[in-house]
Amino acid sequence: MAEVTKLIHKYLRHDKKFPHVWCPGCGNGILLGALIRAIDRTHLEKDEIVIVSGIGCSGRLSVYVDFNTLHTTHGRALTFATGVKLANPKLQVIVIMGDGDATAIGGNHFIHAARRNLNLTAIVVNNSIYGMTGGQYSPTTPYGSLATTSLHGNIEQAFSIAELAAMAGASMVSRGTVYHTSLLDELLEKAIHKRGFSVVEVISHCHTQYGRRNKMGNAADMLLWQKKSAVRIEKARTMSDEEMQDKFSIGVLVDRELPVYTQEYRKVREMAKKAMTQMR
Amino acid sequence: MLLQGNEAIVEGAIAAGCRFFAGYPITPATEISEVMSYRLPAVDGTFIQMEDEIASMGAIIGASLAGTKSMTATSGPGFSLMQENLGFACIAEVPCVIVNVMRGGPSTGIPTQVSQGDVMQARWGTHGDHPIIVLSVSTTQDCFSITVKAFNLAEKYRTPVIILADEVVAHTREKIFLPHPGEVEIIDRIRPNMPPDWYIPYEDTSRGVPPMAAFGEGYRYHVTGLVHDSRGFPTQRPDEVKGLMSRLFRKINQHFFDIQMVEEEATEDAEILTVAYGSVARSARRATREARHRGIKAGMVQLVTLWPFPRQILEPKLRKLRAVLVPELNVGQISREVKRINQGVTRVETLNRIDGNLITPAEILSRLMKM
Repeated sequence: MAEVTKLIHKYLRHDKKFPHVWCPGCGNGILLGALIRAIDRTHLEKDEIVIVSGIGCSGRLSVYVDFNTLHTTHGRALTFATGVKLANPKLQVIVIMGDGDATAIGGNHFIHAARRNLNLTAIVVNNSIYGMTGGQYSPTTPYGSLATTSLHGNIEQAFSIAELAAMAGASMVSRGTVYHTSLLDELLEKAIHKRGFSVVEVISHCHTQYGRRNKMGNAADMLLWQKKSAVRIEKARTMSDEEMQDKFSIGVLVDRELPVYTQEYRKVREMAKKAMTQMR
Repeated sequence: MLLQGNEAIVEGAIAAGCRFFAGYPITPATEISEVMSYRLPAVDGTFIQMEDEIASMGAIIGASLAGTKSMTATSGPGFSLMQENLGFACIAEVPCVIVNVMRGGPSTGIPTQVSQGDVMQARWGTHGDHPIIVLSVSTTQDCFSITVKAFNLAEKYRTPVIILADEVVAHTREKIFLPHPGEVEIIDRIRPNMPPDWYIPYEDTSRGVPPMAAFGEGYRYHVTGLVHDSRGFPTQRPDEVKGLMSRLFRKINQHFFDIQMVEEEATEDAEILTVAYGSVARSARRATREARHRGIKAGMVQLVTLWPFPRQILEPKLRKLRAVLVPELNVGQISREVKRINQGVTRVETLNRIDGNLITPAEILSRLMKM
């Protein structure tokens, strides 16, 4: 059996919940492949893993994988994940969100989860649009782009999700694309291993809702756009702002050691116990 | 022991086995968070202060799914924010307890004054048809024992349970007897005992309440806020949609008698009855006793369970009465329900106050004397 088929049999609920909801050519399937390859490399047991997702196309990923899966409300995936992780810190909690999910309706939860530095892995699939609801502009839709709610061009500035996460205090921040799949496997594996809050922004494409309207071609054309626009972070650091115009960096952007919430909380428990015995 | 209502709620929760609390500061519920923040870590539990009440509600659902009894506490504005994820807990059948210490007015309202304005929001606040259990507390002792009951009901029926307290009950410091840990009846959710391959997470059982596995125990299953089939996967098949929706209602409806709780005072030969709850029940009890001293055949029913409305208990009583008085700190939320089940059998009178102050025993008594 081919390696990929083995992984599909091992990690997907193939006998239960297919076909999937994604359009042919969607980047979500590529991310799903990268995620199960990364998880397989970590040698974690399926029972130890919890996949928490939000609402939107990416949110549907949780239903297809054979882990403990939690499909939450729009924007709130990180809040549910916080409860799961704190109630059972042994669980490896991986959160999957979309760009609108994580940075519009869930923006507050996103920055606070990063600041709090719980040991969670947050994957944000950034396809620059609200795909499932039919192509409305999102916080990552570039200025001037067309969407069903910006027929004359988007007048808002876009968020950089990775920079937002870094500024908010995440321990590890990476950016990858669904074109650079072996890098994506690697970034996801690193993010899962990282102790602390780790964010992987995954640049993807919505050819159905975004590409078609903005004359960016089909799924293959949009993958080539990712190839053309992405610059390895090592190289990007040597380039000027002008050279980086219309390009974005990929790779591990931030990797630092910060106090992890669950470890800190263990100290709180010890102190609280001591204080209670003194009160008696 | 001398405790405040809010403190007694914490003691009740911990006695019931609550080991996770997520909250956001809000008057007049803040003391619950404050006490939880040092009591929970001392018993190996976890307290977390979240970025808002939406997040608090999400976190307690997550913790409950990981197998830990969990709770949050808030007041009106925060309760409004919790409605979204409260609906998630209803449809995904996640046991948890939400305390709403009611304050006056819509919006920011009167944060430091008493009200009972959230009775209908507690019933219908989250969108879509759903059953819910709502309990009310009127004394510090209640705050302890009803909180324990709230956890027991949540676990037994896999549902969120809301405790409606009010500013007066929450901040009244009074005598309370805390039972020894062994004396408290504690009910835990039923966990699956079959092999994981046989586990159907949302199977329709005779009780209507499927066993609940915790994440990490080997039963890998899917939890979603979408309408789902018995295996937890999203569905739009009319028979499966109806199956889930009807079971959610049936699991509460068929256990009405277990869930409906009231306390009665001199109801046996009563001709006029006061129906009250929360801090107003304290005034009503005093007024009922005074009325009896004056020879008025007054009785009182204190509603402990507000939703599902204790219709089966109240309905037979109405037939024997000359009139019913429903005093409450709103424009008439429970009185509306009493009128609905009364169907013209007897006379239902209301006594409402919406100025941020309590209804006094004297006010109730003077009404009883005129009835």
